[in-house]
Amino acid sequence: MIAEEFDAIVIGAGMSGNAAAYTLATHGLKVLQLERGEYPGSKNVQGAIMYANMLEKIIPDFRDDAPLERHLVEQRLWVMDDTSHTGIHYRSDDFNEAKPNRYTIIRAQFDKWFSRKVREAGATVLCETTATELVRDANGKVIGVRTDRAGGVLYADVVVLAEGVSGLLGTRAGLREMPKPETVALAVKEMHFLPEEVIEQRFGVKGDEGCVIEAVGTISRGMAGLGFLYTNKESISLGIGCLVSDFTAAMESPYALLDAFKNHPSIRPLIAGSEVKEYAAHLIPEGGHKAIPKLFGDGWVVVGDAAQLNNAVHREGSNLAMTSGRIAAEAIVHVKRRNDPMIRRNLTLYKAMLDKSFVVKDLRKYKDMPALLHTNSSNFFTTYPRLISQAAQNFMRVDGTPKIEKEKATTAAFIKARSRWGLVSDALRLAFAWR
Amino acid sequence: MTIAVTKLRVEDKLFQNRYLVDPGRPHIKVRPHERPSANLLALTHVCPAKCYEVNDKGQVEITADGCMECGTCRVLCEPSGEIEWNYPRGGFGVLFKFG
Ligand SMILES: Cc1cc2nc3c(=O)[nH]c(=O)nc-3n(C[C@H](O)[C@H](O)[C@H](O)COP(=O)(O)OP(=O)(O)OC[C@H]3O[C@@H](n4cnc5c(N)ncnc54)[C@H](O)[C@@H]3O)c2cc1C
Ligand code: SF4
Repeated sequence: MIAEEFDAIVIGAGMSGNAAAYTLATHGLKVLQLERGEYPGSKNVQGAIMYANMLEKIIPDFRDDAPLERHLVEQRLWVMDDTSHTGIHYRSDDFNEAKPNRYTIIRAQFDKWFSRKVREAGATVLCETTATELVRDANGKVIGVRTDRAGGVLYADVVVLAEGVSGLLGTRAGLREMPKPETVALAVKEMHFLPEEVIEQRFGVKGDEGCVIEAVGTISRGMAGLGFLYTNKESISLGIGCLVSDFTAAMESPYALLDAFKNHPSIRPLIAGSEVKEYAAHLIPEGGHKAIPKLFGDGWVVVGDAAQLNNAVHREGSNLAMTSGRIAAEAIVHVKRRNDPMIRRNLTLYKAMLDKSFVVKDLRKYKDMPALLHTNSSNFFTTYPRLISQAAQNFMRVDGTPKIEKEKATTAAFIKARSRWGLVSDALRLAFAWR
Repeated sequence: MTIAVTKLRVEDKLFQNRYLVDPGRPHIKVRPHERPSANLLALTHVCPAKCYEVNDKGQVEITADGCMECGTCRVLCEPSGEIEWNYPRGGFGVLFKFG
């Protein structure tokens, strides 16, 4: 194996690892990146919406050759009960801009592309290699990693832990806690293939335009969860996720939930006749600001999902991953340029820079959201969706009942289900958590 | 009956996936036990690949071949030592084509 010493070793070739390795390499650092999968992306799962701005900050001309599926012009938010959905749709031709803001992607393809850029920038990328242990010196400073390949330790001034949500290295080394069942969601996802024209017809899009649907309600059976359906060029990514703690308490099976979601009368016609080519599962960090662990120490930094940098409220993760990877790399470059050692005192720069970015600011904004949704999941995910549906149906059905009586019936249903005080308190708590 | 139907469906789902199995080197092991804990038992429902099943003696067993390495069972049962969890060797395990 390689017996040289590196400026930095990056663990993982996902969104955060690639962003870090690319940034380090373009600044002339000697970088080694390890990826346990056969190819970058072979272990990774995402919805997947990719946010252009955060990638542009790393690779400004990415649109020239990145594998992008559709740029999004329409977003639907659906509140569902067993037979209906009440939706907010937002569609704007403004999203048909020269440099679109959001795209759907297919992670296995995207990660391969990103990894090629990392190599072109000069980093050494070793796939099919699992880092098994962090190696420290007598003072406890991380100085390298051991891998499952024959050979000794790979040495570096600093190790960037971009190992994803379940990250074994950092948790085993005691650098951070393992995620708890209530701070991670388990998501399952299928890829449904359909001809391009069929997708365009069903979603009212043309060319590269795309549409996303996000859904909450009785589909998660009282658990805190979210269903999604994203249009790709010739396929639809469809999935559902709920907190692991909720799955466990309810003893629900994720695949049963997924199949019920697919069979919902509002979803079924959208995927009718499709060919399913993959079934995937992955965790999503949901702990928010309160779950962010220590981000740096002597000889190491942690980025992306491994650091719980994921905004569950807005379903953003890849952009926080890319941004934290880039910022960590920039901090390392600074320290390196000053010829300072990669120790805690100097790497604190990473945290200072990250705190100023949207990553930490956004997570701080929603710091109370995870707990609120967790403790109130049956109200937010079952009771209210049912009530909203009843209210909408009541409003639309024309049956000779005077409107004033309909209105009263709707209000009474809300109060009956949750009590006046309960409604007010839920609304207030939601408003405060959202603020 | 419903269980049998569901099981069939998961296997059909997993059938679409690509795996490179590392023969004789399972990456997850269940600690021998008399009676499974609530969390261990929950895995028979919660594991998205249905790797965990209850045997005749009421103990939970794992067949990790269809595992998608999601980490759910690790989060639930590694801290108590009920399971031992590792990644498969580099290159082995699930290979998502789309992800
Ligand atoms: C179903 C689902 C839908 C999502 N939808 C969206 C979305 O629409 N938009 C969005 O922005 N985000 C979304 N996310 C979140 C997003 O996928 C993550 O935030 C993002 O992938 C995190 O990037 P990362 O680099 O931190 O981790 P990952 O992408 O998970 O990468 C970690 C990498 O490290 C490798 N690795 C781990 N340990 C080792 C080791 N010891 N040795 C070598 N290699 C190792 C892994 O193989 C992997 O390649 C979604 C997530 C899921 C599961
Ligand atoms: S890692 Fe996920 S798929 Fe694999 S056995 Fe555990 S729960 Fe099942």
